[in-house]
Amino acid sequence: MNAENFKLQNDLRDRIVSTLYFEAETIADKVIKERGKKSNWESKLDNILTSPSWGYLTMLLLLGVIFWITIAGANYPSELLANLFFIIEDKLLAILTAIHAPDWVTGLLVLGLFRTLAWVVSVMLPPMAIFFPMFTLLEDLGYLPRVAFNLDYLFKKCGTHGKQALSMCMGFGCNAAGVISCRIIDSPRERLIAILTNNFVPCNGRFPTLILISSLFLAGVFGSLGVTLVVLAVVLIGIAATLGVSYFLSKTFLKGIPSTFTLELPPFRKPQVGQVVVRSIFDRTIFVLGRAVMVAAPAGLLIWLMANLQVNGVSILSLTANFLDPFARSLGLDGIILMAFILGLPANEIVIPLIFMGYLATGSLIELTGLNEIRQLLITKHGWTWLTAINVMLFSLLHYPCGTTLLTIFKETKSRKWTVLAFVIPTVVGLTVCFLLTQIVGLLNL
Amino acid sequence: MFLSLADTPVGQERHVESLSATGIMRRRLLDLGFVPGAPVSVVRKAPLGDPTAYLIRGAIIALRKEEAAFIQVK
Amino acid sequence: MGLSHRSTGVTVFKEEGAKRRGTDYIVALAGNPNTGKSTVFNALTGLNQHTGNWPGKTVLRAEGYYKHQGQEYLLIDLPGTYSLFANSVEEQVARDFICFGNYQVIIVVVDATCLERNLNLALQVLEMTSKVVICVNLLDEAKRKGIKIDLSALSEELGVPVVGTNAREGVGLEQLKTAVKKVASGSIAAEPRKITYDLEIESAISDLLTKIETNSFTHINPRWLALRLLEGEDLLQLGKEAKNPVVTEHNKTKVALLEG
Repeated sequence: MNAENFKLQNDLRDRIVSTLYFEAETIADKVIKERGKKSNWESKLDNILTSPSWGYLTMLLLLGVIFWITIAGANYPSELLANLFFIIEDKLLAILTAIHAPDWVTGLLVLGLFRTLAWVVSVMLPPMAIFFPMFTLLEDLGYLPRVAFNLDYLFKKCGTHGKQALSMCMGFGCNAAGVISCRIIDSPRERLIAILTNNFVPCNGRFPTLILISSLFLAGVFGSLGVTLVVLAVVLIGIAATLGVSYFLSKTFLKGIPSTFTLELPPFRKPQVGQVVVRSIFDRTIFVLGRAVMVAAPAGLLIWLMANLQVNGVSILSLTANFLDPFARSLGLDGIILMAFILGLPANEIVIPLIFMGYLATGSLIELTGLNEIRQLLITKHGWTWLTAINVMLFSLLHYPCGTTLLTIFKETKSRKWTVLAFVIPTVVGLTVCFLLTQIVGLLNL
Repeated sequence: MFLSLADTPVGQERHVESLSATGIMRRRLLDLGFVPGAPVSVVRKAPLGDPTAYLIRGAIIALRKEEAAFIQVK
Repeated sequence: MGLSHRSTGVTVFKEEGAKRRGTDYIVALAGNPNTGKSTVFNALTGLNQHTGNWPGKTVLRAEGYYKHQGQEYLLIDLPGTYSLFANSVEEQVARDFICFGNYQVIIVVVDATCLERNLNLALQVLEMTSKVVICVNLLDEAKRKGIKIDLSALSEELGVPVVGTNAREGVGLEQLKTAVKKVASGSIAAEPRKITYDLEIESAISDLLTKIETNSFTHINPRWLALRLLEGEDLLQLGKEAKNPVVTEHNKTKVALLEG
């Protein structure tokens, strides 16, 4: 008896599934007492959200609104947190003085470690605690598959899958989470492309960088709205980079035909607002505090050491910065900025504090309380121009993934090669873009 | 010659006649409920024209043009 | 998993959820994507795995515990799948677990607003094992749309216990736990609906069944096994991964069959 003798192979599955559905229909007919009406408002809403005229507009608007609420809403809590930390810092200093701790200990602990931690928490926590709950609500509502539905055409043209839009959205929150969410893409080739390009959307850790720099240079023009528009613009560049690099990858290293789409669009569900918001805020607080302790504090420590340890009368900080400076200048940055990005590999949120501390050259964040002081430091003392600001933002958008994300990529791909590529590809893009921009601007004498 | 789902205009309802897909694609379509005889209606198209959302077995499933072309309807 | 602190940072490496303690019963949770399966999971275990409203959310296999009438249950949330034919990795994971996993009950979560398609999966599960509880979830959604389902009629049709729930609001969960307990302890003798295929398939199945050692199986239905063999499935590979001697033995039979 041979399986082929049955001649069942080819349409056996068809017959099995047909029978199953026939049974399912039979049962459903007996058991469903009322079939109900189609819900009209849901259909109407969906028509709007995916229409040629409104679909893209609503996506953009929604993204803009979320960013705006995050940016505007974070100001007051950030101030409160900063004040709280100042109080704690005073107490710490008092204790250290009382026990006659040596200067270097005070420097190390308070000026290096604590200050950085304080800065990161007060700048990072409020935006995250606002953005994540909002995004989660949107997720719960069921809006995200509509985004995939709207954007699939673009992703298909780039040789990948519409679900990449979803992992891209996850990347706004955290790129490591975005990488994991790439599992929803069935085709290994397309999944890999999604993983490799996830870093092109700025995660929450990079928001403060973007917000701060655009705040500085917009000088109060249009206020939070202006900042929001800049962030939105940067994000759009990131999305463009995602599509562009995906296209490139699917034509070169990761060649292949597009797979199938088949996405289910679930009905809209009313999110459980209270629960989601509370859980999300609580969750984000833990995350930010955890990262601040594990990454920001040690980074602050490190840079304090670099600033205060000297080799032949020159601090390690200066040595490093000077070494990097020529290369950095070609990118429209400077040695300190580049060093901050390099040291910021473990976590994106420490880049700005590292820049500040580098500039202050004492390895500590001394009384940088307001935008004006920061402007003084960056623009007046260290020659930042609008070009520098743009390059910093661009490089922040287009550079290697943070340590956590790289670890996650390695775990997901189980491949050293792809993890290295995940590091190299965005970095090369970023370096190229900044370099070209700087050179062109220089040539045109802008 | 039957028309495919891809050629069916928005708002119309049809019944699945057969599937011309093979392999994994065929199996996935079958699992979603696109078996011969099943009613399916065309709900809406995406802003750029593709993919299209279909109502099948009480759920809305979006398919690309190439995929919907595999489903013959009457 | 979603945007929780557990989903990022070093904790992503810890894929296993709760550690296994001495549990009384192991319960698996299966169902189509987007049936609120993870909401059921959360509601039962009290774990706060984030559940988003888009298909394919359960990308990690979640495990959690709940206590009921003094006994401890380990709940394993399987990936949401449209079927158990192993078309994708997720389906394979779910299917392998249902086939070879060590559990006493499997809850199949079904979307009340989309019954036919969900029954496809439920029926497939019923072909594999009789230790099933059907959980008809999203009753609030169904009510909103004006859909009414006769749950006891459904139970009669399927031959296994059926419980209606609205997991978000916590409705029906106690009944669910009770039904699970009844099935796990064997106080309910389930008689799952038998699916009859067309004549040619049925005769092929009965032919195969005479050649298979039916008493060497634990809880896998021989009919299901026969069907998979007819489809040409390589159960040998599965058996290796599951380290299940039953399946290895069975595959020797298959090889003999195909050569005979």
